[in-house]
Amino acid sequence: MSALLEMTGVTVRRGRREVLADVSLSLAAGEVLGLVGPNGAGKTTLIRAALGLQPIAAGEVRLAARPLAGLGERQRAAVAGYLPQERRVAWNMPAWRIAALGAAGRSPAQSHAIAGACLAELEIGDLAERGVLDMSGGERARVLLARLLATGAPLLIADEPAAGLDPDAQFLALERLRARADAGAAVIVTSHDLTLAARACDRLAVLREGRIVALGPPPEALTPGVLADVFGLDGGLVSSPAGPILAASRRR
Amino acid sequence: MRLGALLLVLLGAALAASVAFGETSLSLAQYRAALLDPDSPAREILFGIRAPRAACAALVGAALGLAGAVMQGLLRNPLAEPGVLGVSAWSGCAAAIAIALGLGAAPGVLEGAALAGALAAGALVALLAARFREPETLILFGVALAALGGAVTSLVFNLSPQPVTYADILSWLMGSVANRGWGEMGWALIPMAVGAALCVYSGVGLRMLTLGEETAALSGLPMARLRVAAVAGAALLTGASVAMAGVIGFVGLAAPHLVRGSVSDDPARTLAPSALAGAILLTLADLAARLIPTAEELRLGVVTSLFGAPLFALVAWRAARSWRA
Repeated sequence: MSALLEMTGVTVRRGRREVLADVSLSLAAGEVLGLVGPNGAGKTTLIRAALGLQPIAAGEVRLAARPLAGLGERQRAAVAGYLPQERRVAWNMPAWRIAALGAAGRSPAQSHAIAGACLAELEIGDLAERGVLDMSGGERARVLLARLLATGAPLLIADEPAAGLDPDAQFLALERLRARADAGAAVIVTSHDLTLAARACDRLAVLREGRIVALGPPPEALTPGVLADVFGLDGGLVSSPAGPILAASRRR
Repeated sequence: MRLGALLLVLLGAALAASVAFGETSLSLAQYRAALLDPDSPAREILFGIRAPRAACAALVGAALGLAGAVMQGLLRNPLAEPGVLGVSAWSGCAAAIAIALGLGAAPGVLEGAALAGALAAGALVALLAARFREPETLILFGVALAALGGAVTSLVFNLSPQPVTYADILSWLMGSVANRGWGEMGWALIPMAVGAALCVYSGVGLRMLTLGEETAALSGLPMARLRVAAVAGAALLTGASVAMAGVIGFVGLAAPHLVRGSVSDDPARTLAPSALAGAILLTLADLAARLIPTAEELRLGVVTSLFGAPLFALVAWRAARSWRA
């Protein structure tokens, strides 16, 4: 299985500062990769560089084994779908029309059907006709996630998909992304919720100051040492019947 | 579809009223003569004077309504309209310079200057739009462009020696569709048609921009091209409007607002109804300008501004509340 995303030695500079430094990672179909790290560690920059939204100073990005630089807009969209952290929606369009934007290349009937199915998957099928600006922030976030699912892209990248959702919807959102990976997609998510990330992801990449300092299955990536160095936390992942839980407190 | 049919009926009614009524009131016998007798003076009033005037108002209104809808979609801002990007200001400014140079009487010079001014401002905005993706940045550049256009126009006033020039420029800037002939409309149709086509082409991009620049950039649509098409289309429509009727504000703001709710806020589906609504608004505004009894006939631009400026404040009030939420 060839990698859907391959980053080699990617460096991004803002002024003289390296906000992403020599990042290399590879992601295959069927895998959920979590990006974790403190604020400003470079999670969003990494995603934007992977998608060509952020010019890179060095290194190479390949999407579906082809150099990103050589891909046209349409080809890039055929490989990667993206849910940005920014949740602002300009106009009060009904939820299904927003979700249908993910499948804009299809016929109107098809995109309507796909949008409806994706909203239903996120358990907001009954809100399909409601204007997105008349919704709560959490409901709107789910509509935007439905838009990402509607792309049906083999690489799905979601920046903070669980932010602002209630606990049930957080699990639901990551469960649906997990299901897409099980169906053959590759998924990247960022999260500040380490318990959630540890449960949903096959591998975690821990970022600090633009560098990947740990990369591997959650228990190997979030070791007590990494938690202490990167997050300033004392503690570790403990296993529970429901899955791993972060048991930690602020370092004194 | 139903909305389109309703707007077409309303536009037909507005145009009919605009041809039927005016400063000179006619008797029933005169209306009959106008319809039946090809040489009657009433026929000349209705179809030689009022009909082209009404058609001109409708055409300018449609162009401004469409341009406004495109600008609002592009900038994701319910307060945007061609005036905000400085396109109207530069168009009016170029016309003012032509008048000040004594070229106002030469056929086509004034119109050409207005179109050139709009296109220059539009090209500049298009360049900026390709360079800066953030809509807020584009609005700020627009405000700067508009201010500069206004300042240069003031400079022209300041330096023009004859009071006649002064009055001519002021009259131009107030906007009017009085005394327009069919011929003047004919040539404006070409830039308007090209502009309208570009705007319609940009529609899918405007809809995708609802979710912001980054989502649109990864939607697979050729966003750079669509963005330039939107700006160029709006500039052509605005320039041709200013060339025909001078500077007329706020139609581009009001028209999209009247129809947006009926098309579930979709920026692409707002375009055609906005053009129709703009045509209706300006036809009615021109009728009001003629019927309101004043010593001097009210200027169309003055009427739209008197109604439009409070609307602008109202929209800003509502937008501010929704942004805070």
